[in-house]
Amino acid sequence: MKPIVEFKNITKSYPGVIANKNISFSIEPNSIHAILGENGAGKSTLVKILYGHVNQDHGNIYIDSKNVKITSPSVAKKLGINMVFQHFSLFESLTVAENLILGIDKKLSMSELIEKSQSISSKYGFNLNLNSPISSLSVGQRQSVEIVRSLLNDPKILILDEPTSVLTPDEIKNLFKIISNLVQDNLTVIFISHKLEEIINLSNRVTILRGGEVVDTLITKNENPDSLGLKMLGYKISKLKRNKVEDNSKVLFSLNNVSTFNQDPFSINLKNINFSLKTGQILGIAGVAGNGQNELMEIFLNENNDNFNGDVIFKNQNINQLSTQDRKRLSISYVTEQRLGHSAVPEMSLTENVLLSMSHNKKFIKNDLINFKEISIHTDKIIKKFNVNAPSNLSKASQLSGGNLQKFIIGREILSNPELLILSQPTWGIDAGSESFIRKTLIDLSLNGISIIIISHDIDELLEICHDVCVLYEGRLSKNLNVEQIDATQLGKYMGGLFD
Amino acid sequence: MIKIQKRNSSSSLIFYLSPIVAIFLTLFFGSLIFLFLDLSPIESFKIFFIGPISNWYGLSELLVKASPLALIALGLSYCFKNNIYNIGAEGQLTMGALFGGGVGLFFYDSNSFFLLPTMILFGSIGGAFWASIPAILKTKFNTNEILSSLMLTYIALLILDYFVVGPWKDPTGYGLPKSRPFSDAGRLPVLVDGFRAHIGVYFTIIIAALSYFIFNKTLFGFKLRVTGFSSKASKYAGFKNDNLIIYTFLISGACAGLAGIFEVSGPIGQLYRDISPNYGFTAIIVAFLGRLNPIGIILSSLLIALTYLGAEDAQLFLKIPSAVGFVFQGLVLFFLLGADFLNKYRVLLK
Repeated sequence: MKPIVEFKNITKSYPGVIANKNISFSIEPNSIHAILGENGAGKSTLVKILYGHVNQDHGNIYIDSKNVKITSPSVAKKLGINMVFQHFSLFESLTVAENLILGIDKKLSMSELIEKSQSISSKYGFNLNLNSPISSLSVGQRQSVEIVRSLLNDPKILILDEPTSVLTPDEIKNLFKIISNLVQDNLTVIFISHKLEEIINLSNRVTILRGGEVVDTLITKNENPDSLGLKMLGYKISKLKRNKVEDNSKVLFSLNNVSTFNQDPFSINLKNINFSLKTGQILGIAGVAGNGQNELMEIFLNENNDNFNGDVIFKNQNINQLSTQDRKRLSISYVTEQRLGHSAVPEMSLTENVLLSMSHNKKFIKNDLINFKEISIHTDKIIKKFNVNAPSNLSKASQLSGGNLQKFIIGREILSNPELLILSQPTWGIDAGSESFIRKTLIDLSLNGISIIIISHDIDELLEICHDVCVLYEGRLSKNLNVEQIDATQLGKYMGGLFD
Repeated sequence: MIKIQKRNSSSSLIFYLSPIVAIFLTLFFGSLIFLFLDLSPIESFKIFFIGPISNWYGLSELLVKASPLALIALGLSYCFKNNIYNIGAEGQLTMGALFGGGVGLFFYDSNSFFLLPTMILFGSIGGAFWASIPAILKTKFNTNEILSSLMLTYIALLILDYFVVGPWKDPTGYGLPKSRPFSDAGRLPVLVDGFRAHIGVYFTIIIAALSYFIFNKTLFGFKLRVTGFSSKASKYAGFKNDNLIIYTFLISGACAGLAGIFEVSGPIGQLYRDISPNYGFTAIIVAFLGRLNPIGIILSSLLIALTYLGAEDAQLFLKIPSAVGFVFQGLVLFFLLGADFLNKYRVLLK
């Protein structure tokens, strides 16, 4: 069979890094081709070259055996190549339908577009309300918008960059069904993932990248997760070990009967949330995106403090009225779901991004003056200790890959010596190496008596690192389930909202 | 068909070079305008840009114009860095002149050493007071500061009008709409006898240096930039956005107010209707042309001041309307915005 895409000796270097080095492999038509690799292995760069978003220094791309110069995404779209990025590009204040019509190159009237997107939605099982504004959608729903938008262009080749990292198990199943249907409809799907099981279950062939070079291209059905993981990392991921939380540990943090009263019709109101967290305990808050995770995080951060009832208690002190900074002073640290633009400013350097979260620290700020020397030293410490792959501490946050930026942000929060660390989607969209590093780091922290709350859609992640898991469903929180004795059917019921 | 596409990365070198690109394009299109008017571009440029500063008096006049422009633009850069668009500096300047000038008129026969400092103090208070109105409206009621600050400008101008026509009219002024002159103690000292350039220049330089320090070395400057980039990140850091809005408005209002009182206590010496040739609006161009950087603002204020002087000379020697100065200011801003846009996006022709 003639390959639909062929990479020949693709090389791309950035100042100080070779992202892709002599990459050659081919992709067969009507297949699902996975690209697997660690953070910084060059997966994103490679597909961005195919999509014309980045131009290669050397090498050629052949589409249907024809040498093509893909100088820009619009050229790629003409060749039938579409891509769904890891970071979405949607207009928050516009509705789904408006975003869809903005993203397509063809001339379609609004009514044609609505008809077409509804037929795509129902055909493939996307659950989209075309009239709701993007700002009201969960990450998972936003991704659906992005995929539908690509499908409106009738592509031949669809590139999905880490598509499953934001989805719930059911949504992933659904996505896989969609992908299979697409391939039957004559499409070729290029699928980037770091989840080994997924690649085994879904893809026909897989190309493994390491350090910017091709390790191998394999037929997936001959492989197993262990063999792929080994090839990707060059070493084996060790199984994590948790300690037990002592029964007599003190309660460090609790929410008592917290309810919110937001008027915004698109936000979820929390209803009588109760939980308590012991010293050294890791509590996972599971649940499908859009069930009140953002609103709960707002309560933790006190970013939106006016419309709520109940008590937030830290070390037997009511901290309802304490601002984000005051809470940081009390040694509570936060890692938010959105990295760029929330827990980091993309336009600012890493050093400045350290200051972003540490401006309450007397070591860095004295009499309102910034001690850049100290911050710079501290930044280097974070970069070194948490294996952040960055050219220097003056690199902008936007220059780092997702995994590196997340390691940097988590490192920054950990080195602020918190007693309580609250994270939302800590490993969303990052590679397996960074993911296991972060998970191990979190467990090590709890061994040192630090309490951790993790809000995540990724059940496997929660089961791997947490002591207890509870489920958030339409603003209600289930009781805790101990991970050691967890029962899959019970968890499934909870995820579906079947609890008191 | 024209297509606009976002560039993968925009160059920071180009960001600082684009004012120069804009200036050259302005000169090019300016010469087309002169050609169109049957004037020799080279001769006209000589009259426009070289003539006004070819003697000491001209250089002093350059400072007279550049100083208020730079002072206002420095204040505005606090707002603009914070992504707050204070368009009402002209009104804040007017209020500064009115408050400070009011003190000068109340003590019109005073010879006290403290008169001038009091006038300057009240000038900055007046500007800050006027700027506090859009700031409070914005923080309490989420009003659009662009509209409210702009509309307040016209109110300020009408209030000034009322005073110089009504209660503060010079009793010996034959009914003309102007106040009595300030006493000598209420006049701003000049830098060199015989020239109009005044010690307001020192204030401008000190405030520029101070601003440079604040933007780059203090937590306050850092907060401004973070909030300007992302208000969500600013919330995450625990910065209080509302306070920043109020502070930046107060600072920029105070700077505009200072410029106002310097104008009336310096070159003008009394209050009347047209105390400012749109300094408050032109300073917006100065701030952006200077890339919101204090050093850049000083440089761009000198250039824009030159368009004021050149326009006067052009009217005199070339017999063309002095509004051509505003044309040049408009062209510079237009090309600057264009260069910034093209640095972020590329245009594809199909």
